[in-house]
Amino acid sequence: MERSVIIAGFGGQGVILAGKILAQAGMDHGLEVTWLPSYGPEMRGGTANCTVVLSEEPVGSPIVDEPTDLVAMNLPSLDKFEPMVARDGTIVMNRSLIERDLERTDVRPYLVDVHPLAEEAGSSRAINMVALGAYLKATGVVPLEVVKGAMARMLEEGGKGKFVPMNEKALELGYEAV
Amino acid sequence: MGERKLMRGNEVIAEAAIRAGCECYFAYPITPQAELLEHMARNMPRLGRTFVQAESEIGAINMLYGAAAAGVRAMTSSSSPGISLKQEGISYIAGSNLPAVIVNIMRGGPGLGDIAPAQGDYFQATKGGGHGDYRMIVLGPSTVPEAGELTILAFDLADKYRVPVMILADGMLGQMMEPVELPDPVDPATLPKKDWALTGAKGRDPNIILSFDLDPEVLKQMNLVLQEKYRKIEDNEARYEEYQTDDADIVIAAYGTVARIAKTVVRRARAEGIKLGLFRPITLWPFPYEPLRELASRVKTVLTVEMSAGQMWEDVRLAVAERAETPFYGEMGGVVTTPKKILSEVRKYAR
Repeated sequence: MERSVIIAGFGGQGVILAGKILAQAGMDHGLEVTWLPSYGPEMRGGTANCTVVLSEEPVGSPIVDEPTDLVAMNLPSLDKFEPMVARDGTIVMNRSLIERDLERTDVRPYLVDVHPLAEEAGSSRAINMVALGAYLKATGVVPLEVVKGAMARMLEEGGKGKFVPMNEKALELGYEAV
Repeated sequence: MGERKLMRGNEVIAEAAIRAGCECYFAYPITPQAELLEHMARNMPRLGRTFVQAESEIGAINMLYGAAAAGVRAMTSSSSPGISLKQEGISYIAGSNLPAVIVNIMRGGPGLGDIAPAQGDYFQATKGGGHGDYRMIVLGPSTVPEAGELTILAFDLADKYRVPVMILADGMLGQMMEPVELPDPVDPATLPKKDWALTGAKGRDPNIILSFDLDPEVLKQMNLVLQEKYRKIEDNEARYEEYQTDDADIVIAAYGTVARIAKTVVRRARAEGIKLGLFRPITLWPFPYEPLRELASRVKTVLTVEMSAGQMWEDVRLAVAERAETPFYGEMGGVVTTPKKILSEVRKYAR
């Protein structure tokens, strides 16, 4: 079984970090993983995205033209990637910023009001963890506890250990919102 | 082997170089290989080794020339336009019979190009971007773990043959992360002795390292020594991987990240009944002509796929020599090919 997710949004919404945490957790969970960021000019203020592939087999292509899943944090990302998602795929969408509904009817949509939940966790900056929590519940690709552990380790290694409890809360709130 | 860690290709190449005993690293920053330089900047001084952010790529390659002449394991890295600037130095290093490692994390060209992944520097790397009759071993990693393994191999081959060795990867491999298990650091005592190096002539005759002689007969002899070495490398060092080629009708020839994308294509094509395989050169020079020729005599089609206008394609056609049809599909300018695009090309040649 192979899952591939594109996590996309504005620069600053934390989509690159969310993808790294998911990839790290996937590896911790015993899966083969790849993480591929967009690193072009779009990183500078425009939209950013990364692609994570999680598989029980060695990963072939790290670049995905038919992702099984999409986490869209803003409208440009939904516009760009919605048509690519595989049939019966999963789309987690940031309802706080995206007013339109999905055009696709052959995917499983999860519309999450991400921003109030991030505020409830302690900061609007935790929207990425809310969305990741929702994605984990929607797909079951990696257990929540494994992701919490990966997140805590990565933040601590980056000298940001004090933000771990808030991000744990955000993951939980996202998880429960689905 | 150490623990399994999630690391970027750029960081893995840097860390593997450190573990291979790289004592000196010289470079000038450029996207998309910046993390390689950053990893060296953080770690080389801490280990008591030499890190220099040079004033230019030309400065860096000539520092590499000097360090190699002094007999230490040394490396430089850059991306396409920066590698172009290093060509004169690479020719001097080759002409002087020196071991050195050069990393090219390719981006779109020609000219200033862009910063997206590309494979447009194959000709430059494998056919001689600098002047004169020289060769350089060129290694094309396809995955992040392999980038680490081939970096260590690069230092070993450079020392073994006293030649420059290039790691030729693209921006995607440099930027992406994948789990790796890094090897234990090599014990410097186990490295080959370099009695030719410039280490100070006190108590011995001086060593002289030059790529120069005004007497054509002498320079011819120096060239013959190089050529003899290159034949030995061709005979012993060609490396490649075949994937699902046993019963294949069609084979994709691809290297680097395109080859791993093609592995996904092989699985998808087989799911729809197309007998597709993959031939992946690991050494781009020496190119594995003989194994590809043998494979070509058993298949109908060898489809070359590159992120270039068709550079390795020329070596594929030399190898296949009309034993099979040899179409080409490529993307340029930093546009990355995808499994869907390759599969639609493959379908054109399926019966």
